[in-house]
Amino acid sequence: MVTFTLNGQERTFDGDADTPLLWVIRDFEKLTGTKYGCGVAQCGACTVHLDGMPRRSCVTPISMVDGSEVITIEGISGKEADAVKTAWAGLDVPQCGYCQSGQVMSAVALLQMVPKPTDADIDGAMAGNICRCATYHRIRAAIHNAANSMEG
Amino acid sequence: MKFKLAFTGVAAACLFMTAGTVFSPISVAQDAGSKSLRPASSFQSIANQEQRSAALFQEAGKVIQHPRCINCHPATDRPLQGASMHPHQPPVFRGDGGMGLPGMQCTTCHSAENTPVVGQADTIKSIPGNPAWHLAPIEMAWAGKTLGQICQQIKDPARNGGMTMDKLVEHMAHDELVGWGWEPGAGREPVPGTQAEFGELIKAWVDTGAACPAS
Repeated sequence: MVTFTLNGQERTFDGDADTPLLWVIRDFEKLTGTKYGCGVAQCGACTVHLDGMPRRSCVTPISMVDGSEVITIEGISGKEADAVKTAWAGLDVPQCGYCQSGQVMSAVALLQMVPKPTDADIDGAMAGNICRCATYHRIRAAIHNAANSMEG
Repeated sequence: MKFKLAFTGVAAACLFMTAGTVFSPISVAQDAGSKSLRPASSFQSIANQEQRSAALFQEAGKVIQHPRCINCHPATDRPLQGASMHPHQPPVFRGDGGMGLPGMQCTTCHSAENTPVVGQADTIKSIPGNPAWHLAPIEMAWAGKTLGQICQQIKDPARNGGMTMDKLVEHMAHDELVGWGWEPGAGREPVPGTQAEFGELIKAWVDTGAACPAS
């Protein structure tokens, strides 16, 4: 039995210990904002926050999550999340949208660690989040806008 | 500069779409000799001590120059990956302490132990992991160097993390992250022999004057 916190609520899971966190979130908790993309930590679509750090949920066995705090796109909050949400809507960042919850989770984590990121900081943090619509320019611009909106 | 992120993304997307090819393990035909290590004692037959010492290091080189070791001793800030030692995908970079950049640290994907990948194609079986997972510092870069050059580097405290030869022996024989090379997880070839045998080779090399191969 694994016990963890999901978006602030205590949850338990008593299935196979090697079940990826992604599938616990999607199939058992019915939170489908977190996406399956590749299943092997190559695309970033499944990014969540595990104890405050970005983590690819597709390669995270649920056994590793025991006692931890998981935040998904449905539960992300705080000034960085608010700034990212506003900036994303302002620039109409998504195209098809499939990768965007992963993009947002990585962007929020970056801003929590580096409040005023450079282009290089953004490239470094976001390079593992693939967007097949190639919205990268809008993603980068939106992260800068979010950072600027949090100043002062 | 402005296009760098897009380019990286497109390149990564291309890789994503051809993942079946990229992740295919490269089969390297190897004889039994390259999967085991000769015991240090078997080098006693070499009468000349300097030649014996260099031969011991040559044997240890089967471990040192294996992709399991070289991949995290890259010549740039980007780790290598797989038996073919290609640049790590997704693109990740050294960062503080060799643990990745803010927002994309090693722990975004790697954990404290090798993690089986379930429900996916057989071409990638596990994500490697260790509690100390990180890149070797850039002064300890081995990729692209000859074994002789690596040998000289390993003896140089300025390029070996300030280790004395005794500490070097201890590191090679007992360090947990070094030891990961023998337990690299499903889908990855371990380095030859055992860590104990490797440690004995390094100790015998040091005890015989730590001579280096010419190349």
